[in-house]
Amino acid sequence: MPSLGADMEAGTLIEKLVHPGDPVKRGDIIAAVETQKGAIEIEVFEDGVLQEWLVDLGTKVPVGVPLAMIKAEGEAETADLSPEPPKAIVADEDMIVVDYQTPTKPVLPTPAASPRPADRPRVTPAARRLAAQQGIDLATLSTQGTISLSDIAALGTKPKPAPMSDMRAAISAAMSRSKREIPHYYLSHLIDLEAADAFVKTTNADREPQDRLLLGALYAKAVAKALKKYPEFNGNFIDDTFQQSDAVHLGLAINIRNVGLVAPALFDAENQPLDDLMSAMRDLVERVRGGRFRARELSDATITLTSLGDRGVDELFGVIYPPQVAIVGIGTPRQQPIIHNGDVTARLSAMVTLAADHRVSDGHRGALFLKAIDKHLQKPEAL
Amino acid sequence: MSDQDIASAVGEELYRIAPDIDLEDIVRDADLQEEFDIDSMDFLNLVTALGKRFQIDMPEADYDEMRSFDALVEYISDKTA
Repeated sequence: MPSLGADMEAGTLIEKLVHPGDPVKRGDIIAAVETQKGAIEIEVFEDGVLQEWLVDLGTKVPVGVPLAMIKAEGEAETADLSPEPPKAIVADEDMIVVDYQTPTKPVLPTPAASPRPADRPRVTPAARRLAAQQGIDLATLSTQGTISLSDIAALGTKPKPAPMSDMRAAISAAMSRSKREIPHYYLSHLIDLEAADAFVKTTNADREPQDRLLLGALYAKAVAKALKKYPEFNGNFIDDTFQQSDAVHLGLAINIRNVGLVAPALFDAENQPLDDLMSAMRDLVERVRGGRFRARELSDATITLTSLGDRGVDELFGVIYPPQVAIVGIGTPRQQPIIHNGDVTARLSAMVTLAADHRVSDGHRGALFLKAIDKHLQKPEAL
Repeated sequence: MSDQDIASAVGEELYRIAPDIDLEDIVRDADLQEEFDIDSMDFLNLVTALGKRFQIDMPEADYDEMRSFDALVEYISDKTA
């Protein structure tokens, strides 16, 4: 079970996409796990053959527990596939919870050891999950025998409080840690967006909708380019040390209707041409809003970009997503009186802010970083 | 195609993006993005879907003619007439 973010402590295997004996290649999606943030796709990091699944569907396991055994190419057949009992907890009503604080020392009973009252029906894990999502109390069901997914589905849908509260819990954990540990400092800078806006309009004029750019792609590229010169805002602060990242994996704050907010990464944003970056953004937003992430997207971002879009307010004061060290915020662009070439004129502009970690950088460099973003947005054709 | 057919098609595409908003509850001549709480990415996806569905060109320069639900239906109606 990979760690899909600083706040994740356990996950539930909900989908196996390959069978034992199937060949797998680095980058293949082999499974999906349910976390506080929704269903997330799991990539495999080596080539080989999937020998065996070590965790059952519906099983919640702490981060670090092996999900499957993969035999690398050329590696000898592994004789002993289950050297130790997996530290897994079957998602059963008699089970309690994973001890999140000490995931390496599970103190939970094994499934076999858990007595089930004879009069209580068995509930399949999928059914249990759906019931939890829909707020259905399993104790109120009078069904005899096994309760399956279709039994729960037949009860109809009710409002789903569970995903919302899970996401809220995840946000709460990360943001509390941020405010507890990170000494934030804040800077803001008004950026004239006339050039960027004109570039987008010109570019889009003869393009089909699926190929059109949004200002958001220009923000992303401008931030990524500015980071090449100001790398102290790009990386992770782990074990009292700042680990600078060469690549810019730009976490994009994405609002999910009625659920909350996540900030998965756009990988290698600095090296992607603007059109590719825009495609990647569209793909990411669509998947995230549909509830599917890739594991690395949640764990590997090196900085966050958050934009209020067209219908927000002037300025935002970001909270850094640990262990990152900076978040750039773009206020809603609007026509504002600006002195341009000596005259007061109405120009499209937006307040751009930086919240950064004072353990790693100072306001002087932060200011230069914001001005570098400004400079790149004045030359959109060079992005 | 009647305006009613177009309206229900637009309603379907909006439902994909904003399933929590009931067409019955919105003000049809008010700002579409406000009424459905959609952002520029959602709007771009909506235009992409509608352009394909009705096989019409929906240039960005015309966005101002698509600002409300009613305006969008009328725009498509004119284009498909």
